[in-house]
Amino acid sequence: MGLDEFVGKIKEEFSEDYNVGDLDPDTHIKDMEWWSSMHMLVVIALVDAEYDVMLSPEEVREATSIKSLFEIIKTKK
Amino acid sequence: MKAYIKHISEFYPEKSYTNDDFYKEFPEVEAQKEILSRVGVSNRYVVDEKTTSSDIAVQAAEKMFEEHDVNPKDIEFVIFCSGEFDYITPTSSAIIQNSLGLSNNVGAIDLVSSCTGFVQSLSIAKGMIEGCGLKNVLLLCVSTITKEFHKKDFNSKYLFGDAATATLVGSREEFGIGNFVFGTDGSRSDYIIIRDGGGRNPIDENSFTEEINEYGNVTCKANFYMNGAGVFLFGMKTVPKLIENILEKNKAAFDEIDYFVFHQANHLLLEILRKKIKIPANKFIIHLENTGNTVAATIPIALNSILKNGVAKSGDTILFAAFGTGLTWGGTVVRL
Repeated sequence: MGLDEFVGKIKEEFSEDYNVGDLDPDTHIKDMEWWSSMHMLVVIALVDAEYDVMLSPEEVREATSIKSLFEIIKTKK
Repeated sequence: MKAYIKHISEFYPEKSYTNDDFYKEFPEVEAQKEILSRVGVSNRYVVDEKTTSSDIAVQAAEKMFEEHDVNPKDIEFVIFCSGEFDYITPTSSAIIQNSLGLSNNVGAIDLVSSCTGFVQSLSIAKGMIEGCGLKNVLLLCVSTITKEFHKKDFNSKYLFGDAATATLVGSREEFGIGNFVFGTDGSRSDYIIIRDGGGRNPIDENSFTEEINEYGNVTCKANFYMNGAGVFLFGMKTVPKLIENILEKNKAAFDEIDYFVFHQANHLLLEILRKKIKIPANKFIIHLENTGNTVAATIPIALNSILKNGVAKSGDTILFAAFGTGLTWGGTVVRL
């Protein structure tokens, strides 16, 4: 499991609905103009399905970037 | 004698509230249209201000009497399950007994419950038939939850709808309703709550102060509040174990279940649960697109969808799993 793979999975999850071409490890997804509470739930579900890690809403909220979110996942794995 | 689910009928209020209506009311949320579509709701029905939960419960019961040729004189007990009631006292079930013209020898109780309400009230109906010698219990599960929303609460207005279901629990020789599993975690009772207006916090001038969350959704203490993320995670964590426990308590194998009918919380969560539990899509019922989440009524509505179209038939084994307000959860296995 690598960071690039994780970024790719997030892009894949939202690519049909949004322009996700600019997403990179340093992106703070919570700051994306399209980010909503539903997106947070989708990310939590994605991480649970792909990595068998259950993130809390607080962990997603407090992550400063996709990279930092990925670090949390690695810690909980 | 054994209890079993004999008939189900549904009733919906006249007024529908489509996604087009929603985006006209909340144009600021239109940018989230695609992600919101994952909730899986395109229409809901909503009661008007004057209509109460007992009103639509009576309509559902009358529809059942007519659709299934049930004689109201055969009803021996009424269970009214809802989160909304006509009065603090008396019970809505007493009002319903009178409205339906049922005999004075009928028993009637209210059960204050929401998403887990159908499973909880089904267990009571089973107990009345198998333990108290009754033959026909009328179970009314009703949502008029939309009356409790703040007018600016777009999250709740998108997800929920109103409906009433009438389920006749009858008696027969063969197995019909299995053993129940229940759970409660009152430490999270504030996840789904109307904080003011009950005995703990009477309505005062602060009850209507608008509270805006980080995503711009609005409610107040006098209106419905849901910690959506918290409830979502609760469902993800609790339901897989609940299914294991239901199967174990009923000594049933996973493959013996013909259909899994869960509380229809939302499409996204249901699909996550289906994949986590590895339920084949053709055995898993998702039925909320035209109704929204109708709280205590979702399971009978979803079950009735496969009864009405002939997919489910006599002898099929169905697993019910419900979860929500309280927080509570529960489930059982039934044979049609």
